[in-house]
Amino acid sequence: MSSSVESLVNKEYKYGFVTDIESDVTPKGLSEDVIRLISAKKQEPEWLLEWRLKGYRGWLKMTEPHNWANVTYTPVDYQSISYYSAPRTQKPLGSLDDVDPKLLETYTKLGIPLSEQKLLAGVVAVDAIFDSVSVGTTYKAKLAEQGIIFCSFGEAVREHPELVRKYLGSVVPASDNFFAALNAAVFSDGSFVYIPKGVRCPMDLSTYFRINSAETGQFERTLIVADEGATVSYLEGCTAPKRDENQLHAAVVELVALENASIKYSTVQNWYAGDEEGRGGIYNFVTKRGKCAGAHSKISWTQVETGSAITWKYPSVILQGDNSVGEFYSVAVVNGRQQADTGTKMIHTGRNTRSTIVSKGISAGRGQNSYRGLVKVLPKAEGARNYTQCDSMLIGNRCGAHTFPYIDVQNSSSSTEHEASTSKIGEDQIFYLKQRGLNTENAISMIVNGFCKEVFKELPMEFAVEAQKLLGISLEGSVG
Amino acid sequence: MLEIRDLRASASGKEILKGIDLTVHAGEVHAVMGPNGSGKSTLAQVLAGHPAYEVTGGSVSYRGQDLLELEPEARAQAGVFLAFQYPVEIPGVTNAYFLRAAYNEIRKARGEEEIDSMDFIDLLEEKLKLVEWDSEIMSRAVNSGFSGGEKKRNEILQMAVLEPTLAILDETDSGLDIDALRIVAAGVNKLRRPDKATIVVTHYQRLLNYIVPDFVHVLTNGRIVKSGGKELALELEARGYEWLEDAVGAAS
Repeated sequence: MSSSVESLVNKEYKYGFVTDIESDVTPKGLSEDVIRLISAKKQEPEWLLEWRLKGYRGWLKMTEPHNWANVTYTPVDYQSISYYSAPRTQKPLGSLDDVDPKLLETYTKLGIPLSEQKLLAGVVAVDAIFDSVSVGTTYKAKLAEQGIIFCSFGEAVREHPELVRKYLGSVVPASDNFFAALNAAVFSDGSFVYIPKGVRCPMDLSTYFRINSAETGQFERTLIVADEGATVSYLEGCTAPKRDENQLHAAVVELVALENASIKYSTVQNWYAGDEEGRGGIYNFVTKRGKCAGAHSKISWTQVETGSAITWKYPSVILQGDNSVGEFYSVAVVNGRQQADTGTKMIHTGRNTRSTIVSKGISAGRGQNSYRGLVKVLPKAEGARNYTQCDSMLIGNRCGAHTFPYIDVQNSSSSTEHEASTSKIGEDQIFYLKQRGLNTENAISMIVNGFCKEVFKELPMEFAVEAQKLLGISLEGSVG
Repeated sequence: MLEIRDLRASASGKEILKGIDLTVHAGEVHAVMGPNGSGKSTLAQVLAGHPAYEVTGGSVSYRGQDLLELEPEARAQAGVFLAFQYPVEIPGVTNAYFLRAAYNEIRKARGEEEIDSMDFIDLLEEKLKLVEWDSEIMSRAVNSGFSGGEKKRNEILQMAVLEPTLAILDETDSGLDIDALRIVAAGVNKLRRPDKATIVVTHYQRLLNYIVPDFVHVLTNGRIVKSGGKELALELEARGYEWLEDAVGAAS
């Protein structure tokens, strides 16, 4: 009977299919020539090529960060990856009607609507990124009525070069870190958002990332700027086919919130995690950072990380404006052989800045989950406050949970608070729920969802439902 | 309703139940009493199917079914309810959500339709009165930060909602002050019905002043050594358990 919580069947990764579409793929390998080729394909201005090359030259001098992150993997062979892959049918798109039906079908299969339905409450505008390019953005015209720019990065470079040039790299510089520098060199597409002064974006904006081609990496770059008094909620989702090889995803997200602006960025990450033996899966090496540039601005990151073989990701906030607010709400789940080293950095430089960190790590199977966080209060950050809560839950005996909180306070008027807990889903908890009529699967799902509640309540409604379902799927077969 | 025959069970290789025989009919209330470590709680846990105990012999028939064959959730769905001695906490899950999920699982098992949250609230209002409770308790996380008395009261509330056929109360009286004891007992008494049965596991006679049993059984060292009517409980109260243990020791 002690195995009563074992033997749940593993559900298949639902999104593991491949779209059979002809693609334009650059030869494998990375060099200045490849970067020039990518830049030329995208018909970029000279300044952007220079910026890419700056990133590349910086990257050449850096080494892959194997020494500090609590993850193990064989170093990536950067010469065996293709850095650009686009569906061949790609033409300059007049409207969504021009999108290849095969691509539309792919997104339908993924449950992402690329058709603009009649405007109902709760609609979401979507930018769909397929390998290296954006294949369509919905509700663009509707948003443009209010001066909101929501388009692919490539289009933003063409249509709004002054905005891109002003903010690109202003939060994550070209040579910030190894993966960010690589991204600067080869970034393909991504989303660009600009919310003008005083505008509250009337619908959630969302980007859906899909890796399709084999042996390519995905290097998208997202830039969101909320001008003074603007508000926006942005959602990000991702999936990839099942493959035996590892694939690299090195994205960069930059957020800029000016005075009184507010950006809420929510992620549900469900990249292919590899099989039970740890074969295949995505290396999710991502740099996400926001800058509260203006006073009374706010940036909030919410992430639910269930996929990827390895996750290396620290969505951070630089609290520069006085009275600005940074938040980080995270659920990270590892199962099978997954490894996650994730957390946040809250850098307080402005006065009376406040930050909140709530991290929920769930480890199952042979997964290894690390929370890594930095709270830094600089000398000028009078009255800065941080609250950190960091909880870990273990399911089974072969997984691990690790916590690496760093606190660096250089101003004595500030206060930081750190709470941490580790719990194990107990046989007694499961038995209690079973005695009330729930089966093991539902019992675990209820316990885990309760554990994650503080994070889920930060997610937009439709995303919260998705996240709960995803958690159920990710944890199936994990208990033993 | 329930027939236990020569039931033997062990935990971590140590035999705790050494041949229990007990028959419970519909409409009856049985009290199982005994000193600490006699196996009372083990009996309750084994009937509910706790995975920490291994059944090594004997049989348990519940309404014609082999109870030991069933998973714990199937036992619950068949109407077996255990009021836990130490109810666990489920942080982040509201009492209302949890109870509705449990209620619907049991309805599904009976082939009935699931109930929506509005109808469930109406049902709850009524059940809350049984345990003299305010609906505020339903929005708190299951047992999280509850006092000992609140946890026990919550068990009785669950019992009232789930309407089990066979309720097993495992030391529900332990840790209760006199007011809580009265409320809990009143709740149990209101649920007494001719088609249902209750097994009350307790160390003290005190609870049996409020929940008057039809039969009292004394469990020592993994066996039922004496059975009788409600007056047996009073005798135990006066004389303690030692005379029975001595008697058993002398006989064996």
